[in-house]
Amino acid sequence: MSHPTNGLDEKTWGELREIAARYPEARSGLLPMLHLVQSVEGRVTPEGIEACAEVLGISAAEVNGVATFYTMYKRKPVGDYHVGVCTNTLCAVMGGDLIFERLKEHLDVGNDETSEDGKITLEHIECNAACDYAPVMMVNWEFMDNQTPESAVQAIDDLRAGNPVHSTRGPQLCTWREAERVLAGFPDDRADEGPTAGPASLAGLKIARDNGWTAGTASSKGENA
Amino acid sequence: MTDTLTPVLTDNWDAERAWTMAAYEERGGYAALDKAFAMGPDAVITAVKDSGLRGRGGAGFPTGMKWGFIPQDNPRPKYLVVNADESEPGTCKDIPLMMATPHTLVEGVIVSSYAIRANTAFIYVRGEVLHVVRRLQRAVQEAYLAGHLGKNIHGSGYDLDLIVHAGAGAYICGEETALLEGLEGRRGQPRLRPPFPAVAGLYASPTVINNVESIASVPAILTEGAAWFASMGTEKSQGHGIFSLSGHITRPGQYEAPLGITLRQLIDLAGGMREGHELKFWTPGGSSTPLLTPEHLDVPLDFESVGAAGSMLGTRALQLFDETTCVVRAVLRWTEFYKHESCGKCTPCREGTWWLTQTLARLEKGQGTEEDLDLLLDQCDNILGRSFCALGDGATSPISSSIQHFRDEYLAHLTHGGCPFDPAASTAFVPAGADA
Repeated sequence: MSHPTNGLDEKTWGELREIAARYPEARSGLLPMLHLVQSVEGRVTPEGIEACAEVLGISAAEVNGVATFYTMYKRKPVGDYHVGVCTNTLCAVMGGDLIFERLKEHLDVGNDETSEDGKITLEHIECNAACDYAPVMMVNWEFMDNQTPESAVQAIDDLRAGNPVHSTRGPQLCTWREAERVLAGFPDDRADEGPTAGPASLAGLKIARDNGWTAGTASSKGENA
Repeated sequence: MTDTLTPVLTDNWDAERAWTMAAYEERGGYAALDKAFAMGPDAVITAVKDSGLRGRGGAGFPTGMKWGFIPQDNPRPKYLVVNADESEPGTCKDIPLMMATPHTLVEGVIVSSYAIRANTAFIYVRGEVLHVVRRLQRAVQEAYLAGHLGKNIHGSGYDLDLIVHAGAGAYICGEETALLEGLEGRRGQPRLRPPFPAVAGLYASPTVINNVESIASVPAILTEGAAWFASMGTEKSQGHGIFSLSGHITRPGQYEAPLGITLRQLIDLAGGMREGHELKFWTPGGSSTPLLTPEHLDVPLDFESVGAAGSMLGTRALQLFDETTCVVRAVLRWTEFYKHESCGKCTPCREGTWWLTQTLARLEKGQGTEEDLDLLLDQCDNILGRSFCALGDGATSPISSSIQHFRDEYLAHLTHGGCPFDPAASTAFVPAGADA
């Protein structure tokens, strides 16, 4: 099939079409398609926008309108690791503000900027639904729970030095581009890494177990289904 | 007599590799499917109606009634869309559920889709939770392989495809019509209603949009019975729900209890506020629900009682702040959030959240005057009820409620010439010996 050759390889064109074909209406694929563009290009590029537009039969302006609406899409190159520090109220109060300040200083960058070595892009983020683990940092959208300024600096230094770093509730951290590929709907077969739940997720369940409290279901009464 | 905590959705979170099909089936998982197929779709809807289940995403609309609104004589395809865009500040229940037991959600999706006669369903999960996306993708893959999804499920003649769709960062997509826009590949801006999604939703077809916890509650309603579910909770707020405790508390986390439990009970279970400190203010259901204070500790956490106390049950996102926290700083930060997340579609919210932020920031720096409090309330008045969707309404909640309960603290910023609080004292890692 002919299309403007613009830097995206055949495999990517094929995968963009594959995403569009997952949905009853192709345009529904646009969000994951833009995730795929980021995984290949390191950001949303004009070439990526043109490709999405062509696959979906819509204008580049329409794709651009979508790409500029959602905060996960980046116009500037992102480092190997996207580091997001939650500074929404609860995390900010619990220490997120201090962590963010410390990392800005440590990396000598401002918000939404990338360290000189190209490894770390730092951003303050909104609530990431892990308030019981506050203050929270996300690296490539993996949870780094219960951070302190020191633990955050340590994680970032390890990442820059190439040492393996694990999410507190997930696998060893992959790169931002690899993460974007999973979000585009191409699994990386790492679902089995990491725990079922972190300690805070189990706080209530543990108390229920200790007290013998149940919801009176058949299975909790020992009448296994 | 119902127990104080009633783990249902959280009950297998301590199981080894609970996210796998093997672990889920070992505990009787996917038993609700054959039960549903034997009952027929209408009886499933009736069971969910009888259970009293109300939407767990914040609004509390009766789930079975919502399903009943789907016009079955409409020839277009029907769709089920799960709202897994959990982003309301303080809300952190659906993410651990999908991380630990994605199959509970998938089973709920199959039964719910069957009830409304949908052959295609979607889980719209926020993109910022990579490992949750992985676990959902795997669970759906496993469910296809096991014959719980796809063609002729369990020989019933019923077909269902389920697509996991990752969003891309937009709080507004938690609003159901904005979510549909996102799922159609557009900017996530809310739609005018009517028509409601039940009539013209995804691809202008009849669509049910339900929260993760609502859908995940359905399998147990079928296997244990509507009466079992309705036996928990209060008269009009029945069943179990996950209560999420965060902030200055000894053991933050997820506590699944009958609706109607009080914050006092929950704080006791969680080991009290952090040592040497006391509760100052809290949100019952996320930042969009008006702040409450210690005087509300005994309010039953159900839809009616929290409403009567001047707030909303919302998502049961209990964010607890102790006396080291500056309420003005907290409210300013939430307001900056709403400003950042306003989609820009309607003027009151798009412009109003900017005005609110400017006025609040001035007060927080101690640079305003007492009249700015009236100005803030006037600005809120021009947003609340005048915005296109609930985002704008929610933006006013922390402001008007904090002025109601903590007016003196705003004034203290003016007399003090800035914030009188030490932000280090409120952190989780207060240095030893610090005055916290």
